[in-house]
This record gives sequence, C-alpha cells and structure tokens, in this order.
Amino acid sequence: MKNRTPVLEGSHITVRFGDGCPYCREHTELEKGRCPVCRTIWAVRDVSFRLYEGEILGIVGESGSGKSTLLKTLYFDQPATSGDCRIARYHDGQKNIFDTSSQQKRYLRNHLMGMVYQNPILGLRMKISAGANVAEKLIAAGNRNAGSMIGRTEELLQHVEISLDRLRDQPRYFSGGMQQRVQISKATANNPPILFLDEVTTGLDLSVQAKVLDLIRSIQKELGIAMMIVSHDLSVIRMMSDRTMVMLGGRVVEEGLTDQIMEDPMHAYTQTLVNSLL
Amino acid sequence: MERNLNYNFAFLDEGSKREIRRSILHAIAIPGYQVPFGSRELPIGRGWGTGGIQITMSVIGPDDTLKVIDQGSDDSVNAVSIRKLIGTTTGVKTTTDSAEADIIQSRHRIPEEPLRADQVLVLQVPQPEPLRSVDPHEEVTRRLHGDGEYTGIWVNLFERYLQTGSALRGADHPVLTDGRYVMNPSPIPRYDNPKLDHAECLYLFGAGREKKIYAVPPYTKVESLTFDDQPFRREDMSGRKCRLCGAENVYFDEFFDAATGERMFQCSDSGFCKKRREKGGNCHEE
Repeated sequence: MKNRTPVLEGSHITVRFGDGCPYCREHTELEKGRCPVCRTIWAVRDVSFRLYEGEILGIVGESGSGKSTLLKTLYFDQPATSGDCRIARYHDGQKNIFDTSSQQKRYLRNHLMGMVYQNPILGLRMKISAGANVAEKLIAAGNRNAGSMIGRTEELLQHVEISLDRLRDQPRYFSGGMQQRVQISKATANNPPILFLDEVTTGLDLSVQAKVLDLIRSIQKELGIAMMIVSHDLSVIRMMSDRTMVMLGGRVVEEGLTDQIMEDPMHAYTQTLVNSLL
Repeated sequence: MERNLNYNFAFLDEGSKREIRRSILHAIAIPGYQVPFGSRELPIGRGWGTGGIQITMSVIGPDDTLKVIDQGSDDSVNAVSIRKLIGTTTGVKTTTDSAEADIIQSRHRIPEEPLRADQVLVLQVPQPEPLRSVDPHEEVTRRLHGDGEYTGIWVNLFERYLQTGSALRGADHPVLTDGRYVMNPSPIPRYDNPKLDHAECLYLFGAGREKKIYAVPPYTKVESLTFDDQPFRREDMSGRKCRLCGAENVYFDEFFDAATGERMFQCSDSGFCKKRREKGGNCHEE
C-alpha cells in the first residue's frame, strides 16, 4: 500500500477562526485549540494525511477537536486558512485544490467527492422527494436525461434497501436511519473515488447503527471507494477503518493502523480514549 | 390622453428616470442578468406592476403610442389603471392594437402578433429570481448565478417530472438566455416561451418589489430548460376555436356556462381578437 500514490493527500492544512497573535503562533499545544491571549480558535492545525485507494481512514477525537472541520474543509464547506491538498484524479495531483476557482471546486465536489453529514438536513433537501435528492448529484455531474436518472435513482435506493414506493416521498417523513441511507445513496450516486462520512451513526439506535455501518462496508468493498470516517465513537472506528488518526485540539496526536492504536496507544489522550472503551 | 401638468413628464423625476435607463442599458448588455436598481415609490402599490411601470416611464417619449395588457386583456382593472396613470402623466396616445404601439406593457402574456424591431415589450415580474426556490438568500443565489450553477433549478424540474410525469411548468417555465443566465420569463404561459427566442423586438423585465431589471435583446437565443428525453411542448391548443373571432392556434381562455354546462374558448389576447373582428370575415358575435 505504501508504494501507491494516494487518492487524496493533504499537507499542513490549517483552519483558523480569528487572526492569531504572536503567542498562539509560537505555542502549538493550546488547550482546546483556543488561544488564551487573542482568543483565536485553531480548529485544524498543521494536519497532514494521505488517503490511499480503497482504504478507510478513521478520524477520532473528542468534540471540538477539529475532526469535522477538517472534513468540511476538504469538501469545501469551510475555506482553509492555509495548506495544500491534492487529488490524484485532478490534474494528476499536480494542483492544490484549495487554490482553484469556485467553479472548479464545484466540479470537484460534484464529480470526485461524496459527503454524508451527521445531520441529514445538511445533505438532503427535506422538501423534495428522496428520488430527486439522489438525482441532484447526477444532475450536478451534468446528466440531463430524466429517464436514465430515474433508472439510476431506483437502482441506488434499492441498494440501500429503501423500497421504491418511498421514491416520491420527502425525506422529512423518513426515519433517521432511512435519511442516512438516502444520504449515502446520494453521495455515491456517480461513483466518486472519495467519500467523506461525518458522524454518520451518531444519534441512531444500535441496531440501525449496525445496519448503516454494514451498508457502508459493503459499498466500500463493492466500489473500492476511499473513505474518511469521522467519529467520536471508538467502536465505530475500530469496526470500520484500516488506519486511524487521533485528533486533539486541532492537531493530529497519533496516527497508525487501527489495530496498532487500539492495542498499543502511545499518546496519553489516546490511552484514556482506549481505556474508556474497555 | 390629456396630460396633467401638475406632474413631471412620466411622473418620475428626471434623475430617477436616468438611473433606471442606465440599469436598462446594463441589463441589455448582459442578456438575462438581473440588474439591481433603486425602485421608486409610485401611486400604485409594490407588486402591482411597479417594475414595469418604472421601465415604461423611463423609456417613454411624448410621441410614443402605448398599449397596456393584463393577462392578455386591455380592459382589466389593472391594465386600465396603469394606462390611466402613464397616460395622464405623459399625455401619450394609447391603443389596444399591438401593431400600432411603440411600447407595450404587459403582465402574463406576450401579444399574439409578432412584434417588430421598433417595438419594446415591457413585462411586469413578480419574482425575477429563478433560484429563489433553491435558496432564500440573495447572497447565495448571486454566487450561484456567477458560477453558472443551476443544479437546483434542474432538481426542481426533475422533482416535477417525478411527481407529475412532466417537467414542464404551466407558467414561468425557466429559460436559458444566450447560453449563460437562467431567468424567469415572468409568469407568461409556456405557450409564449418560444416567442422570446430570436425575437425582433426588445424585451424588458421589471420587478419593482424585488428591485431588479433584466432584458432579452433582439435576436437573442432563449431556450426553455428541458431534459434531453422530455422535449419542450407548448400547451396544446389544437381543436379549439375562439367563440368571438373564430381564430385557431392562439392561446385561449376557457369559459364554462354554468347554466348549460357548455365549454367555450376565447382569445386570451383581447386586442388581437378585437382587431380580427373589426376587419370582418370570421366575425360571429351574438
């Protein structure tokens, strides 16, 4: 795996809310990423990672550790303050995607990425039907053939076990688990090489959680999509991911194979995290 | 019409008219782009055609002939009041014949007779923003226009297709102007959409409440948005005949006689109908 070129490579990504001051530029280890002098929040600080083809990278950390912000930055929901990010399938990884025009960013989002949000309201339009929601991704990628889009939408919704008589219903009448499944089929509608999952199972009961995670697993096996999964729940990360990054106060404190991190955590924070799980 | 000399020519002051004319020129230069303008107070409430009135007031001259239509009709209350307001403040000649008019202000219809290069059609627009149903924020919709990101409009059309079997809207079906901006053609029936494409006349759109002006210059390509496998169709008017003038293949209003249960059709464009009857021939009025 090491020899392959990564599908997505981020280096020194920083997202900062506030202007910063000499104190917080100097001190990288701030509590909760917040500067006590100028109150600037360093949500993501100097984060580098590589995402390889067909792998699942888990990001774990407490609330406010910057894991969701990192994902939102990669999906262009949140502008990066500084840093560099490359996608293998975009100009052969020769271009920093943060430096592109807003049209190019829309292109990247629509063709090469998918996102499943924790809150389905962010990922779905609640007042149009589930079918049209899934078709949105196809339309965004340039499909203008209504017949073929209906066919593909039905196929996708069947795949996530949503019966076709709900195709014309609005997702606001769906259960939480169903909404997440609609989001997943929307995000994977045009087979993107990269999929981001932000706390997909938080707020779902355990049996539904298992079902959604199984579904993600099977999609990953079938399509070989590279995924980044964010969760504060270590059991989700342990079940799903090949490699894991542990974030604290906006920084990555530990990174490695999931088994390794679970068995032999090095950083004090990871140790408490793993202990609390057992 | 007699001019009331207590008011400035065309009611608005010269500075206002000049500003609106500048916005109009801006709009003509970028077909389909919504130009913001300082919408003025008028003795008619916002949302009652004030955008159209301000455009008409700004471009009208003392020698022009004016026609005002409301849903095709020259005699509805709104058309009469607007004609009276513009007429008394300018003293211009008014007409119901669209071929005679230099400026036609209209709501919800484009006249049946094709307009000429020396004519201007001013349309009153309630909602100029085709993306408003996609996002309520002006900041966002302007950004989407800038990026040419019209996915949301297509999703709405797809939703319509999914729910009703047809992606076509009855009125205000969105169009792509000059291959760049998607615009609302004001709520004209879909029947009139093709009249916008490569027309000889100038179309001006005014939204007074929303404070926007946009335009379709002559000979501009205007396409109605449709899916590849769902071709654009006008409303089917075949097999119908005007009960007054006998015209066929025009846009009809439909009437029911409650007593007899009879279904009747009549030209929606009353000026066109009247002209046909005056010329004789097919006239069979009771």
